[in-house]
Amino acid sequence: MIPFRVSVVAAIAAAFFLLLIFELIRSRRLQERYALLWLMTGAVILLLSVWRDALRLVAEQVGIAYPPSALFVVGFLFILVVLLHYSTVISELSERNVLLAQDIALLEERLRTHERATESLRAEGA
Amino acid sequence: MTEAAHAKRLIAIVPALNEAATIGRVINEIRSVDSEFAILVVDDGSDDGTGTVAEAAGALVCRLPFNLGIGGAVQTGYRYALANGFDVAVQVDGDGQHDPSQLPVILAPLYAGEADVVIGSRFAGVGSYRAARVRRLGMHVFAAVVSAIVRQPLTDTSSSFRALNRRSLSLFAVDYPHGFLETVEATVLAGKYRLRLKEVPVTMRERELGRSSLTIPLSLFYTAKVLLAVFVSLFRRPALRLEEEP
Repeated sequence: MIPFRVSVVAAIAAAFFLLLIFELIRSRRLQERYALLWLMTGAVILLLSVWRDALRLVAEQVGIAYPPSALFVVGFLFILVVLLHYSTVISELSERNVLLAQDIALLEERLRTHERATESLRAEGA
Repeated sequence: MTEAAHAKRLIAIVPALNEAATIGRVINEIRSVDSEFAILVVDDGSDDGTGTVAEAAGALVCRLPFNLGIGGAVQTGYRYALANGFDVAVQVDGDGQHDPSQLPVILAPLYAGEADVVIGSRFAGVGSYRAARVRRLGMHVFAAVVSAIVRQPLTDTSSSFRALNRRSLSLFAVDYPHGFLETVEATVLAGKYRLRLKEVPVTMRERELGRSSLTIPLSLFYTAKVLLAVFVSLFRRPALRLEEEP
């Protein structure tokens, strides 16, 4: 049996979570490409807390005796996926960061070479 | 072109990713339409020497250190145009799909002061654009959704063959979408910023090299993604304060 209170609390929490994500996107503090997984997480948890039969079915299929625990398992899995996604994002960002630093260093060297060349041209002209 | 047209400074922005085979021809064609055009190729992290070929053909070249995606590449061009005092910017894709001989058609409404953003449409009557049925269906869905949002009938919101005046240029230089099919979202953004949109019918060529690699499930996924992006951009706080009408 799923205690009614568990469903209500989980649904309210998931709804607040979704509202928070939506507000973060709206105020431009979260890009929607990074919000997609969070939105899915919130939506699935909301769905499973409101649709009690579905949660019971999931719990039965997986062999979880106490259905609200299935809610934890689902939430936990989604958070794992989100974290893994972030790891790939961080890897890409750090790679790009190195490239950018190198590009700036190379540009600065070219600029200084140019400046020296113009300087000596001007000295010759004078 | 008219005298007023020649008083304006024009720039063609050509985003290109691995288009070494076609980029030279695109540059020459733009120049032969109007030699007044400054041509800026934004090389979006190509590894086939696109930038070098473009430079040899006499274009200005911005090389991005890594692939930013089409939105980021085009915005680089808008920022260049804004910083260097250009009045009109037109996007011409580096793959040769956009026919530079159509440039006067796209520029005319800007010169007439009828619009801030002019979109070259494949489905507004002229020419026959061929594409896979699913792809076309997606394009029509976007057009219908965006038309409803901006309250103006548009037939082709995924076309990237577009011209901007100084007003729209300065907005897009600061706020431009970077997602997949960014032009759809950009059209909504234009509506949000109360820019005047106008569509003109143009003919486009078949892609010269390369084919779209999208499978049906993937296209469905991307369609959903673009629609979500459009939906989100409806509610998102604008990055810029709206200007008062002059």
